[in-house]
Amino acid sequence: MTIYFFFLSKFPSAVIQMATRLQFENSCEIGVFSKLTNAYCLVAIGGSENFYSTFESELADVIPVVKTSIGGTRIIGRLCVGNKNGLLLPHTTTDQELQHLRNSLPDAVVVQRIDERLSALGNCIACNDHVALVHTDLDRETEEMIADVLGVEVFRQTIAGNILVGSYCAFSNRGGLVHPHTSIEDLDELSTLLQVPLVAGTVNRGSEVIAAGLTVNDWTAFCGSDTTATELSVIESVFKLREAQPSAIVDEMRKSLIDTYV
Amino acid sequence: MNQMTSQETGGMFTVAQTIGSVLCCKCGIPMAPNAANMCVKCLRSEVDITEGLQKHVIIIHCPECDTYLQPPRTWLKAQLESKELLTFCVKRLKNLNKVLRLIHAEFIWTEPHSKRLKVKLKVQKEVLNGAVLEQSYIVEYVVQDQMCESCSRVQANPDQWVAAVQLRQQVAHRRTFFYLEQLILKHDAAVRAIRIKQMDRGIDFFFSNRSHAVKFVEFVQKVAPIKSRNDKQLVSHDTKSNNYHYKYTFSVEISPICREDLVCLPPKVASTLGNIGPLVLCTKITNSIAFLDPLTLRNCFLDAEQYWRTNFTSLLSSKQLVEYIVLDVELISHEVNVSGSKYVMADVQVARVSDFGKNDTIFFVRTHLGHLLNPGDFALGYDLHAANSNDIEIDKYKGLSIPEVILVKKSYEERRIKKRGKPRAWKLKSLNMEVDNGETRGGRVDLEKMNNEYEQFCRDLEENPELRFNISLYRNEEYQKSEMGSVLDDDENAPSVPLEELLADIKLSDDDYGEDDDDDDDEGMKE
Repeated sequence: MTIYFFFLSKFPSAVIQMATRLQFENSCEIGVFSKLTNAYCLVAIGGSENFYSTFESELADVIPVVKTSIGGTRIIGRLCVGNKNGLLLPHTTTDQELQHLRNSLPDAVVVQRIDERLSALGNCIACNDHVALVHTDLDRETEEMIADVLGVEVFRQTIAGNILVGSYCAFSNRGGLVHPHTSIEDLDELSTLLQVPLVAGTVNRGSEVIAAGLTVNDWTAFCGSDTTATELSVIESVFKLREAQPSAIVDEMRKSLIDTYV
Repeated sequence: MNQMTSQETGGMFTVAQTIGSVLCCKCGIPMAPNAANMCVKCLRSEVDITEGLQKHVIIIHCPECDTYLQPPRTWLKAQLESKELLTFCVKRLKNLNKVLRLIHAEFIWTEPHSKRLKVKLKVQKEVLNGAVLEQSYIVEYVVQDQMCESCSRVQANPDQWVAAVQLRQQVAHRRTFFYLEQLILKHDAAVRAIRIKQMDRGIDFFFSNRSHAVKFVEFVQKVAPIKSRNDKQLVSHDTKSNNYHYKYTFSVEISPICREDLVCLPPKVASTLGNIGPLVLCTKITNSIAFLDPLTLRNCFLDAEQYWRTNFTSLLSSKQLVEYIVLDVELISHEVNVSGSKYVMADVQVARVSDFGKNDTIFFVRTHLGHLLNPGDFALGYDLHAANSNDIEIDKYKGLSIPEVILVKKSYEERRIKKRGKPRAWKLKSLNMEVDNGETRGGRVDLEKMNNEYEQFCRDLEENPELRFNISLYRNEEYQKSEMGSVLDDDENAPSVPLEELLADIKLSDDDYGEDDDDDDDEGMKE
């Protein structure tokens, strides 16, 4: 595995990597330890640099990869939610962390800490740049905040009977993967809401906790190293990663990034 | 686009759910989502739920008695491909039921002489977050022949017995044993006996196990008034492992009082029974003895324990019966039911058949057989007039007036003369008994005597339906009815067994006694 990563890091631009398999300290639940959006990537502070450098090698020349903790924990992927417009942090986030994130992320990204009882925002909210599915019990204020900060339309939904929508689905602006037990009717309804094609599938060799094993944006995806070739091909096809080129997609965004640099 | 079907279920609107298909995470074929999200084939290749289970088992089989060893020491009788053998085979598999669930088991046919048994088992187990996998596999059993303990003992010395029951009755005839033999056959009491030996005044039964002998003695105790004691003899012992081998001997004595015997009750017994008798006839013997006072029609029972406390013998026994001719009958009572049998008291005039036409000796006696006797009939009775008794008990009664004759039963001797030499319509089974000619004195004479006694026993059975009650009679194939047709014209015939009472003898195996006739109580009688 390490050799594989080494190879990747050596030729980052030469190999067009569509979906990358990796581990965080022997755990395949990489969605727990990272947050990937079209504008930035957050990774947990691990014991070694392997995890970070994998993201770095894939994304460094496109979007900022930021090492952080949230509320002193490493499970940042499950605690925060965000897209290219903003980042929502739970009330457990410390001031230093908030400041660090504000400093590290592009200015276009609004970083906001919210007072929500359900503090695992990543589990309760799933979003792309336009739509968000949220936990049915979420506060009205939080819902408004999500709509304001992330600039999305908010729907209270369940996925295959699970209220933790953030855990059981992962979607970008181009496609989405949901819990394997989702019925065809639910799948139709969800894809109507999200306006992206959805498919029921698994990650990490049959795991149904999609968001824990997979983190995805519009041109790349990272998944746990247990993910099989079949699952990988499903992911690549539904997220349209084969035809995706970072340059083509983030062209517009790059402009804004450059703007901020200038 | 959404195909919603509204279903009113308890006022709730529900949307029909169609289960979609996902790709198997290993091979990528579309399938219904399951707990492991893997298709069955991939799941099988991934996990082998039969891993660590026994696939080869050695079982021990005794070729002599066709049994299988259930450790530590039970031997289980089972046929090939039988349900019992399958249960046994499955039970021999260790940690099968702990780890997974057995769904199905069946034999796969193997050559009987291949010494292999193959069982196909289907098992279920939960694998990978709740997916239940079913898998079938084959277990091969190697059958190793090894003789069981009892068979090897038999092989070493077939006559090796552990317990012997010595059944004895101190009387001159064997009729009791003929009857007991039938009871034993009917109740299968001696199937466990490895050897049965006819002895002088008794039978010896040999068993390979003490408990079999105890069970047999208990059976005899239920059907006859017996006294038993047991002893053991040390054969060998191993002090280190505290093993002792004994030979057990049960000495069983049957009371010498037989049916139709005349008994003079000891004064003590007579007074405890309400001053009955003291001269009484024994009418019935089971585990207790029934007495009837022929002069008063009173009856009483003496159980085995009571009998052996006083231990008296009979005054006159059936061998001493004398034939009388009935000259006149005068009924003096109505029909009286005495413990199931009917009697009528009568005063009769009788004369000895031997005297008849020679002298005018006539006896006026009182008898209980008024319902049977008619003038001109023959009857058997004890001739107390001529008897020279030296019984101690009778001497204890001072001033006892002894009747001259006590009639016991009606005689059918004349009518039998016609039938003599012809086979009976029925027959009895017999135990496989060894007769040691060396020990029985007389040889030929003895055999003749025994045949006479057996004939007497058969006649008793014909005359007495009560006696037939507990034993099985079988149809005699050799018997031809047409021959008898002309002879059987008159009503006044010798008593015989109705054909409907007989059992067809089913010859499936040697020890099959045909169908049972439901009278399976343990009450027995003897002569």
